[in-house]
Amino acid sequence: MEFNAVYVLVAREFKKFVRERSRLVSAIARPLIWLFLVGAGMSRLVSPTGGVSYTQFIFPGILGMTILFSSIFSSISIIWDKEFGFFKEILAAPVSRLSIVIGKGLSGTVVSTIQAAIVLLLFPVLGLKLGLVQIIAVLIIAIAVSFCISTFGILLATFYENYESFSVIMNFIVMPMFFLSGAMYPVKLLPKPLALATKLNPLTYGVDAFKNVIFPAEEGPMSADFSLATDMTVILILSFAFVVIAARLFERKK
Amino acid sequence: MPIIKVENLVKRYGSLTAVDGISFEVEEGTIFGFLGPNGAGKTTTINVLCTLISATSGKAFINGHDCEKEPSTVRKSIGIVFQDTTLDKDLTAYENLLFHAYLYGVKKSEIKTRVHDALNFVDLYDRRDDLVKKYSGGMKRRLEVARGLIHRPRVLFLDEPTLGLDPQSRANLWGVITEMPKKHNVTIFMTTHYMEEAEVCDKIAIIDSGKIIAEGSPDELKKIIGGDVISLKTRDNKWSQKEIKKLFNIDAEDKEGELYLTSNKGDACIPELIRGLGDMVLSVKLQRPTINDVFLKLTGKAIRDEDVSGMSNIKEEVRAYRRRH
Ligand SMILES: Nc1ncnc2c1ncn2[C@@H]1O[C@H](COP(=O)(O)OP(=O)(O)OP(=O)(O)O)[C@@H](O)[C@H]1O
Ligand SMILES: [Mg+2]
Repeated sequence: MEFNAVYVLVAREFKKFVRERSRLVSAIARPLIWLFLVGAGMSRLVSPTGGVSYTQFIFPGILGMTILFSSIFSSISIIWDKEFGFFKEILAAPVSRLSIVIGKGLSGTVVSTIQAAIVLLLFPVLGLKLGLVQIIAVLIIAIAVSFCISTFGILLATFYENYESFSVIMNFIVMPMFFLSGAMYPVKLLPKPLALATKLNPLTYGVDAFKNVIFPAEEGPMSADFSLATDMTVILILSFAFVVIAARLFERKK
Repeated sequence: MPIIKVENLVKRYGSLTAVDGISFEVEEGTIFGFLGPNGAGKTTTINVLCTLISATSGKAFINGHDCEKEPSTVRKSIGIVFQDTTLDKDLTAYENLLFHAYLYGVKKSEIKTRVHDALNFVDLYDRRDDLVKKYSGGMKRRLEVARGLIHRPRVLFLDEPTLGLDPQSRANLWGVITEMPKKHNVTIFMTTHYMEEAEVCDKIAIIDSGKIIAEGSPDELKKIIGGDVISLKTRDNKWSQKEIKKLFNIDAEDKEGELYLTSNKGDACIPELIRGLGDMVLSVKLQRPTINDVFLKLTGKAIRDEDVSGMSNIKEEVRAYRRRH
């Protein structure tokens, strides 16, 4: 693996992220809208028993959503690069395909984790109490989840050649992934088929890991659905699988 | 040892044979011109040499390394300017070069000087901090050439480097290209459809429908024509053709509406032609043979219609438009 290549791919993404104000603004605005418009409205309808309010309940899900959108967006930019030719500059370089996948995966990880960290700052506003250990745990999980979703996005990007597919990916992959991640409702309350789909979704385990850390004492319907160990194992195994498969697919020459 | 060696290279896409058993060699430090009409297989050949695609059969070597078996070594020793630009338009010129330097593993302590030198070489140093999307076509092309040199390749591939540029930028870029072999100790492999550029190449290969149909220095190739070329516009090409055959026993060829004939003494031939054909003649041109004539003679078509570059511009515009919306 070539670290120079990994480094420069991440540096490029970071540079663009900082430069594109609109991306940063929408990245911050989206979670706010969900928390305070959707969350606040819904909590009039839903008043769960136990210590967690609905707005608090969706906070892990909103962290997950932030990561989902920014990771996928970062990885899908490969399709833009293909369309505009820049990807050829990368593919023609004396660099292994594994480095490209890792570099792109870490690019998404960096920008997603930054955004998740910014959203995390909202916790006092929602009346949540988090200790330092919890905050660090959330950030570590955010890194793992971001990498997992980013590499999943790279895998998606290998199947598409032009950005007309962008809306397809958004509408048929990203939005369902968000709704079927346990972000808006506990997995244990879902009907069987939906619960199954949710269990096949990588994001579910990320959101659940956040729930485990943010509501450690909760036992009611709003509690986490799996153990933290399960969540992390699934995330790591999937990340590994996505990296290997994506590198393989890039390796294919025509 | 030749720096590029290609043996019986074949590339098929399904039933279409894009490259059909070509062989050639390129000597180190020379400019090699690869000419051919649209779809002849030029880009496909470059893609095989650059290890981006695998050949169906045959072999290709760069600096003695097999393009199929040692792609990584080959990649390190080549620079590429693709037919369509491959710059990141949302980065500055400087950042694009920096990206390239890191990607190719240039030593950290050398990166800055190399990027600066490259920018100076193509005269873009003052514009280094502009986003590439603000660059003109000619500036982009020059930047790509500079980028291709950053990692000090042994061979630089240029796929239609001057396509779609105005004459001034073309001359400017062409100046840069021709001084590269000496200045940067690099071999140039280029495709072009501008004949005056082809004239400057040390060696030319003409490819048509995936096959090399002629190869040699520009002077050697011109010998194929066998003399000066006279082109005629007439009121009736069929009639004139017959008349020329009858009077002078010369076969005139009708290509794209003009009659072409060759003669050892072109200037003396013209008055006789006009006397013989009378007022059938609309115009007469006499030319020393050019590569274009060679091309016409061998393939029966002009190397490329100008509107092709127009088309690719339109494609760019449509893309840019779609991206903005
Ligand atoms: N990926 C591909 N799949 C199928 N056919 C291809 C592919 N790439 C090229 N071809 C075909 O191979 C032939 C040669 O194409 P190539 O791009 O090498 O031509 P070229 O000489 O570079 O032409 P131009 O001057 O237009 O750039 C064409 O008929 C083209 O349609
Ligand atoms: Mg081409």
